[in-house]
Amino acid sequence: MSATTTSAEEKKFTSKELVTDQEVRWCPGCGDYSILKQVQTVVPELGIPREDIVFISGIGCSSRFPYYMETYGMHSIHGRAAAIVSGLKCVRPELSIWMVSGDGDSLSIGGNHFIHLLRRNFDINLLLFNNEIYGLTKGQYSPTSHEGKVTKSTPMGSIDHPFNPIALALGANGTFVARSMDRDPVHLKEMLKRSHGHKGTSFLEIYQNCNVFNDGAFEIFTDKGSKKEETIFIEQDKPLIFGQNADKGIKLEGFKPVIVDLNANGNSANDLWIHDEKDLTKAGILSRFFDRPEGGVDHLPRPFGVFYSADRSCYEDGLKAQIELAKSKKKADLDSILKGRETWVIG
Amino acid sequence: MADNQKVLDRVIIKFAGDSGDGMQLTGTQFTNTAAMLGNDLSTFPDFPAEIRAPQGTIPGVSGYQLHFGSVNIFTPGDECDVLVAMNAAALKANLRHLRKGGTIIANSDGFDPKNLRLANYADGINPITDGSLENFRLITIDVTKMTRAALTESGMGIKEIDRAKNMFVLGFLYWMYNRELNYTENFLNEKFGKKPDVLEANLKVLKAGYNFGETSETIADRYIVNPAPMAPGTYRNIMGNQATALGLIAASQKCGLDLFLGSYPITPATDILHDLSKYKHFGVTTYQAEDEIAAICSVIGAAFGGKLAVTTSSGPGIALKGEAMGLGMMLELPMIIVNVQRGGPSTGLPTKTEQSDLFQAMYGRNGEAPIPVICATSPADCFSAVYEACRIAIEFMTPVIFLSDGYIANGSEPWRYPQASDLKEFKGNFITEVPEGGFLSYKRDEKLSRPWAIPGVKKLKHRIGRLEKTHETGNISYDPENHEFMMRMREAKVNKIADYIPLQTIDNGAGER
Repeated sequence: MSATTTSAEEKKFTSKELVTDQEVRWCPGCGDYSILKQVQTVVPELGIPREDIVFISGIGCSSRFPYYMETYGMHSIHGRAAAIVSGLKCVRPELSIWMVSGDGDSLSIGGNHFIHLLRRNFDINLLLFNNEIYGLTKGQYSPTSHEGKVTKSTPMGSIDHPFNPIALALGANGTFVARSMDRDPVHLKEMLKRSHGHKGTSFLEIYQNCNVFNDGAFEIFTDKGSKKEETIFIEQDKPLIFGQNADKGIKLEGFKPVIVDLNANGNSANDLWIHDEKDLTKAGILSRFFDRPEGGVDHLPRPFGVFYSADRSCYEDGLKAQIELAKSKKKADLDSILKGRETWVIG
Repeated sequence: MADNQKVLDRVIIKFAGDSGDGMQLTGTQFTNTAAMLGNDLSTFPDFPAEIRAPQGTIPGVSGYQLHFGSVNIFTPGDECDVLVAMNAAALKANLRHLRKGGTIIANSDGFDPKNLRLANYADGINPITDGSLENFRLITIDVTKMTRAALTESGMGIKEIDRAKNMFVLGFLYWMYNRELNYTENFLNEKFGKKPDVLEANLKVLKAGYNFGETSETIADRYIVNPAPMAPGTYRNIMGNQATALGLIAASQKCGLDLFLGSYPITPATDILHDLSKYKHFGVTTYQAEDEIAAICSVIGAAFGGKLAVTTSSGPGIALKGEAMGLGMMLELPMIIVNVQRGGPSTGLPTKTEQSDLFQAMYGRNGEAPIPVICATSPADCFSAVYEACRIAIEFMTPVIFLSDGYIANGSEPWRYPQASDLKEFKGNFITEVPEGGFLSYKRDEKLSRPWAIPGVKKLKHRIGRLEKTHETGNISYDPENHEFMMRMREAKVNKIADYIPLQTIDNGAGER
């Protein structure tokens, strides 16, 4: 998202002014609280007047979000927020539009709108809270739940193969694809700012813990004991390093990512894979760091950060250009189009 | 000749031939000539459903029906008086729509063994020679031979020559109905001005057809259809979908809001999308969404953003939009849902007409979701009916369903078009300041309409949503008494529209004809 223009005075507001009079109704301990807090912290820093900000959601726990943001907002229907956002951005390109959605809302019932939103590259921010479960309907597996997941609708374990949201977004030609998590406020705030800063559809997947129906789904990525071994934080121009003592690195052998021990003889950080957000091929490989810890010898840490960021024209800009061109070439004369090409007189 | 000229008050002609025979052009030329002479008229094209159906077969038949007269004409008509059949398939597909005693003008070359076989006639059966058409007046002309004879010296190839066949038939009909050739001559001059040999050929064949009538004594009678008693004024011809598109643009201009169309292609509504996409200089945005649901949801977004927002579709697409229409009704945002009805249920008969969705329009949503419904009565009426739909949507902050149908959409009739200055302006319920007593997003005015506070306006920040809301504040409420109150309120709001429209005339067709 890019900023709109208003005087500095009007842009100033605090996080507290983003809090509405509505009682927040997520379950105590829900990861959504942390995300709401980080969003309310970051938004005042972006320099956008509050009245130019719109939060639009679909259905699901995450979709209650707009009620808690003192901006313009709409709580819409299941899976369709992406389509509503698209129409609004077509006619009001100057607005800062934030879409809040979940793994069910965007990847299941709204899967079609999700890929088309990314393809068209409207300049909006899409925050996808992924908790790998259906919370609001009380605990069924979602399109991101892993195989074998036992839920209320899969007592013998899920036989559905899950989506890889990052790979899906890259496949749909998303121009900004990133991942963060509810339990890392510093990283989440940074990713929210990056999402806003990107012109085009910014897709930010946020791992969010549902402590009631899927507690601990992301624990290995958030727990102090395992986080450093199981995650890798990717940054532009930096080598891919992780591990308890930052002693492991990843290098590419052809297209195959390989973990190397930086303490071992002959291995140097200089030989590692250097992250480049502009490289779609490498982003594709990174998106496949998606196996679970039981994956065995080839098990790779889960990346967090910006996988891919590219410039591509936004739909609304092309639309505006065509309308302006048409207006410059032809006068809008209602009488002339009512009359048409051929007429005749009677009487 | 004057002795055998008969005066008729109305005639229905069906032009039918293979898709490549130019029947649509022949029909429109005859139509426009009739219009210029002051006849009232109504037309309906009858395209094959297949894009390129096999030549000579029944699925490949393309037709154009014209009803014209010296009296007021209301529909393209059911049974026709004259059937032009360029080939066997055209005859077979349309014979049951010809009235007993009606005239068949058959191109005998289109009844050769190959064409008869393609039209599924049994071996050895040829309807134009076996006497099976004795209940009709059969005029057989070898149009192909005549056309080729007229152009032997043109130097053109057979394929090109045969393309002018339809002009021969048109010329013959002009003779039969005492019409001048000049309208079509002017049209040909304009169309083929840059191709003098093609122009020359078409003009020559047109005249040959006319002269054939004059000299061949094929038929003894000629007919006169006098001008109809039409209100004085300047007229144009218009099709229903065209009138719908123009009505939407006019409404957008007169309420001062840019038009946004979110649509997904579907027969027979697609031409509205095609048409509107040509009017970008009027500030019109056309957005071809990924599906029907996305189309109406984009409209909800555009309406939230403060524009005149419209979606166009047909029966099955409207079924998909049901949930979003309910959302539009709950959000109380203005939007127009155009349903150009077609034959149902399910995919039904996409290219055929049926007024099949009245109940879907009235009740096709979950819960109590009243939405006003406005229908057009004829192609030209689409203009004022959709204009009225826009006014009601904007003034009452409600979705409005506009019903048209395949017959109206693709049919045409003369239209005494209005001047832009005659169209009544209307405006949205926008607020830009906090009213006395504070801003309440569901506080209603005397029309029971709520304010339209759009993003970008300071101090009016608010959230709207799909859940039941509290009276005036718009806050979520699960209270049963409030729910009942709000349902009755939404019903009352739609009922209230009756106070703001003229007294309606009930026309059950029992009047004229």
